[in-house]
Amino acid sequence: MVLGKGASSSLSRKMVDGVENMVSNCNDFTVLVVDDDPVIRKLHDMHLKKFGLRAQVVENGKKAVDLCHFGTIFNLILMDKEMPIMDGVEATKELRAMGVNSLIVGVTSRDSQYETQTFMEAGLDFCFEKPLTADKISFILQELNKKN
Amino acid sequence: MERNPMRRQLAIMRQSLFDQGYLDEQFIQLEELQDDANPNFVEEVVTLYYRDSARIILNLEQALERKPFDFNKLDGLMHQFKGSSSSIGAKKVKAESTLFREYCKSGNAEGCTRAFQQLKREYDTLKRKLEAYFQLARQAGPAETACRRK
Repeated sequence: MVLGKGASSSLSRKMVDGVENMVSNCNDFTVLVVDDDPVIRKLHDMHLKKFGLRAQVVENGKKAVDLCHFGTIFNLILMDKEMPIMDGVEATKELRAMGVNSLIVGVTSRDSQYETQTFMEAGLDFCFEKPLTADKISFILQELNKKN
Repeated sequence: MERNPMRRQLAIMRQSLFDQGYLDEQFIQLEELQDDANPNFVEEVVTLYYRDSARIILNLEQALERKPFDFNKLDGLMHQFKGSSSSIGAKKVKAESTLFREYCKSGNAEGCTRAFQQLKREYDTLKRKLEAYFQLARQAGPAETACRRK
């Protein structure tokens, strides 16, 4: 797992009935899941539902950029790296260039430290190895709370 | 402890999938996402995996028919496949994917061919085992208590 700037070390939180009780206002957060793998999209969507979040899901970076370009605002974007049409690195760069200041979390299965670093430098806040787990999402939501 | 004999059988079958190395911790993550509102979540995800990965397997087979091998393309396809396999906890399939990618990186065509054949065997074996598991789970009905042991 690679954590980005200002990473919190407290990754474990006690789960209460499957819902993280420290993010009681998470129903207000909007989330975008960007991944070309339908299994990952379904998994991450379900993980987020467990925290009371509803996500929009798209299968490539261009769709994510288009959504933001046409005014949709997301508090959190979970961005896969390897995608057809527009990959996560390019999409992240474009989103930041557009002034999107959502929390953008990279999710990658790449093992290479160099490639993860390249992804971070595109403008991510954090980067995790996929698939996300409840602990990782809990951490992300902690950071989202701080940011908001 | 499950009193229902069918559920006991299901628990034994499940445990053997972990003990024999077919599944890893990630499968437990899937199970923990399943609830009353989504009672078939694990089976849905596994079904989705096999449907989507069949496409990647076909692409790999086609790429392996073209000589000389385009190792970058093969590695890229296997990267996709490995990611998906990891997400359902397919431990042996993931291991064979890793081996295949190592052969790609070293340009070992024979190694790639061998690893791919072994990967398909593991992939098919897991599919059969999981189909049997889910069929038994449907027959056994919902659990009395949420009791998960690895």
